[in-house]
Amino acid sequence: MLSFQDIVFKLKQYWAERGCIIQEPYDVEVGAGTMCPETFLRVLGPQPYRVAYVQPSRRPADGRYGDNPNRLFKHSQLQVILKPSPEDVIEQYLGSLEAIGIDLRQHDLKFEEDNWESPTLGAWGIGWQVMLDGLEITQFTYFQQCGGIDLDLVPAELTYGLERIAAFLQVRDSVYDIEWTKGFSYRDVRYLDELQYSVYNFEMADIATLWKLFELHEGEATRLLQAYDPKSPEKKRFPLLPAYDQVLKCSNIFNTLDSRGAISVTERVGVIQRVRKIAVGVAQTWLNQQQEALVAEEVAR
Amino acid sequence: MSLPFLLEVGTEEIPDWMIPGALESLHLLFEKAEIPHETVRLDATPRRLVLRAEGLPERQADREERILGPAKSAPAQAVAGFARKQGVKPEDLATESNSKGEYYVFVKKVAGRATKDILAESLAGMVLQIYFPKSMYWTGKSGPRFIRPIRWIVALLGDEIVPFELAGVRSGALSAGHRRLGSPEIAVTIEDYDQRLRDHYVILSAEERRQRISKDLSTMRAKADPALLETLVYITEYPTPICGSFDPQYLELPEEVLVTVMRHHQKYFSVEDAQGKLAPKFVAVMNIDSDPEGFVRNGNERVLRARFNDARFFWETDQKKKLADRVQDLAHVTFQAKLGSYLEKTERMMALAKDLGGDTRAVRAAELSKCDLTTELVKEFTELQGVVGGLYARVQGEAEPVWQAIYDHYKPESMEDSIPRNRTGQIVALADKLDTLRGCFRVGLIPTGSRDPFALRRAAQGVVKIMVEGKFDLPLADLIAGDEALQSFVEERVRFYFKDACGFKYDEVNAAMAAGWSNLVDLEARLKRIQDLRSSPDFEPLAASFKRIRNILEQAKFTGEGSIDESLLETGPERDLYDEYRRIAGQPIEAVISQLRPKVDLFFDKVLVNAPDALIRRNRLTLLNTLLKEFSTIADFSQIVTNF
Repeated sequence: MLSFQDIVFKLKQYWAERGCIIQEPYDVEVGAGTMCPETFLRVLGPQPYRVAYVQPSRRPADGRYGDNPNRLFKHSQLQVILKPSPEDVIEQYLGSLEAIGIDLRQHDLKFEEDNWESPTLGAWGIGWQVMLDGLEITQFTYFQQCGGIDLDLVPAELTYGLERIAAFLQVRDSVYDIEWTKGFSYRDVRYLDELQYSVYNFEMADIATLWKLFELHEGEATRLLQAYDPKSPEKKRFPLLPAYDQVLKCSNIFNTLDSRGAISVTERVGVIQRVRKIAVGVAQTWLNQQQEALVAEEVAR
Repeated sequence: MSLPFLLEVGTEEIPDWMIPGALESLHLLFEKAEIPHETVRLDATPRRLVLRAEGLPERQADREERILGPAKSAPAQAVAGFARKQGVKPEDLATESNSKGEYYVFVKKVAGRATKDILAESLAGMVLQIYFPKSMYWTGKSGPRFIRPIRWIVALLGDEIVPFELAGVRSGALSAGHRRLGSPEIAVTIEDYDQRLRDHYVILSAEERRQRISKDLSTMRAKADPALLETLVYITEYPTPICGSFDPQYLELPEEVLVTVMRHHQKYFSVEDAQGKLAPKFVAVMNIDSDPEGFVRNGNERVLRARFNDARFFWETDQKKKLADRVQDLAHVTFQAKLGSYLEKTERMMALAKDLGGDTRAVRAAELSKCDLTTELVKEFTELQGVVGGLYARVQGEAEPVWQAIYDHYKPESMEDSIPRNRTGQIVALADKLDTLRGCFRVGLIPTGSRDPFALRRAAQGVVKIMVEGKFDLPLADLIAGDEALQSFVEERVRFYFKDACGFKYDEVNAAMAAGWSNLVDLEARLKRIQDLRSSPDFEPLAASFKRIRNILEQAKFTGEGSIDESLLETGPERDLYDEYRRIAGQPIEAVISQLRPKVDLFFDKVLVNAPDALIRRNRLTLLNTLLKEFSTIADFSQIVTNF
């Protein structure tokens, strides 16, 4: 039986053999692997890129104090970006399932329509949820737009739900019973995260403080975006990556406020718009910065 | 020689619900290409759209093209020039005369093109024009758009490949089998195509896949569900149903919740026991041939168990706070930005329920109707809104009419759906829909064309259906008074309901509605009378006469003032008609139509309405106007389309 970490190793190995850079998780809190700069910014522009990483993803509203066997505040996504998507992308994906020991002749696999959209990131794509014996194990998306920008190359994004896959392979009814590695269960490693973050997100997060933080991060992102000068010869130095971190902070605080019940449905749309504005701002500016850099490199050559 | 043709567009998995439409679109495009053929057959699986045709000619027919040259009278030089240009000698030119004179003509023989060449040129464009509600690009920003990436193309005319390229894919004779059970590349010919696919676990015919699923469904006692069946037919290439079970303890949860989880979230059929009650079993349809080790069954059972556990968790959590204690929470749930919260909507609905003649129970049901929007179960299963509220109200001890009203108040959800089962529910449903309609129209959220984000057409249709079938003897127009746009919107729905849902003829509906449509119960009764009257031989002639009367009155710009002066009536048909009118006035038209018709006919036959004497003329117009008014209370008969 493969342990949780074995599954991660095998998948990383599999994708490394297919030309992916293996990255470590991004060190700012995110709601999904898509939000990491390795996806959000790298899918923009004409340069091919292949990357895979595990991203712990925080969904404050999904926390259940560690009581619910299937719902987690923080779950782990294995995120794979293949830009541009190869013609045999689905065959490669099926190969990755075989690599973790799923005999596809003995199981039922279906691709069910599921188009992904993130209004906060101005991003959307066309794709499927991949169902294995009735369980959704992967979100498969052909990115079409990111930061409100049509993508030059269409990347395939594969997002594996690692806890679900592990529970499936290990035949466990509760994610907490997954064997992380010999002698340690998922509960041993993650239970306290679930309990304490649920308490914080649902009961103790201070709403006024969070709003203040939201505004500070938003202000910092806005300040930086306004300071960018597209004509500056030094613009390659400009700190857009740190500006994007501010966007991620805003997004996470928004999710926490939401789980705290502090955002009414009416306000919601407005706050999403505010995050979207700075996210789209970073994406557009990034494209401008990168295009100039590319031209400069070519000239130098 | 006539040839068979095969086109297979191999793709990644197409959404099931788009496939039948895509085939229809492909068929139309093929017919539009005007390539002669005898029969066409279309098939599809999630991974392929297939068009096969028989009887294509190898070449198109030869034809002649006539190119007009100089006039016969033109100088020889010009004629020689024209001939040279066409590559012939002047003596080979024909002549032709038209209205302007005689001309030289070159008759060019154009050989018919090879069908293969025509297909090679047109197929790529044809495929890309297939209509899908949503499409994507995959080869890059400026690349072609299709529903999902195209990965292979088979295009054969007889034994030959029709060569073309689309999105970087060259057409050929290689198809693909089932993703896991078949080979990724299989050489096919038109003759062995079906069989080769079958050998590689692809059942091409949707009908055959449907049969394959259906025959097991009945032996497994699965509840019929045609929509789900269609989904599964188009989501599989080799469908095989399996039966799984779940712990009977979950049957304590409401059946509605269990069925929703199985159907909407897992695409399972639910199963009935011998008594017709929900059994702790389900039928899943695999896209694979068998499950000898039971892996698939076990996997699906575990997924369902997790889903049911979630549902039970929500069900139990929600019970901790009664619906009645959730009313104030609705202040935080926005109905629509300009229309405020659901609490405000609830208050408006309560008042409206009272106006509609609802008792305290109706008002109570209206008060609780939206509370389930704050429950975990509805957040998880939004399609169960209303139903969940009803179920909670029942366990929390609300009276039967109240919980049933909450349960039903989104009904009818379509023209086929039934209206709420009891009066209380009908009132709450009306209050809900009328409030939405009035509010949205007031703030300018009016549907345009196909854009109707608040489903106002469905709401208005629901209002009409409930008022007619629930026999609400209320003036609908008063309920939507003061808003012309809304009035005409609802009027259109009334027309649609009686015409398309009830099957009345359009002119009957027009005639009856012209005499008023505010009270729908009354309108329905009048429509039935008109329908019955129509079978009378006197009806259409009389309707034609009414139309004539209306025209005469209009042409005379008759204002309708004054009364009939008996002394001015001429003895004979005019007097007879008047006497007849006096005799039958106040009686239903059904009782008098056969006596009235000959009198009217005779009047028009013998009497000149436009009499030279102004007083007499006026008196006759008044007589006609009186007659028209008397019998126009049930309908404006002049709107009836007649053959007279």
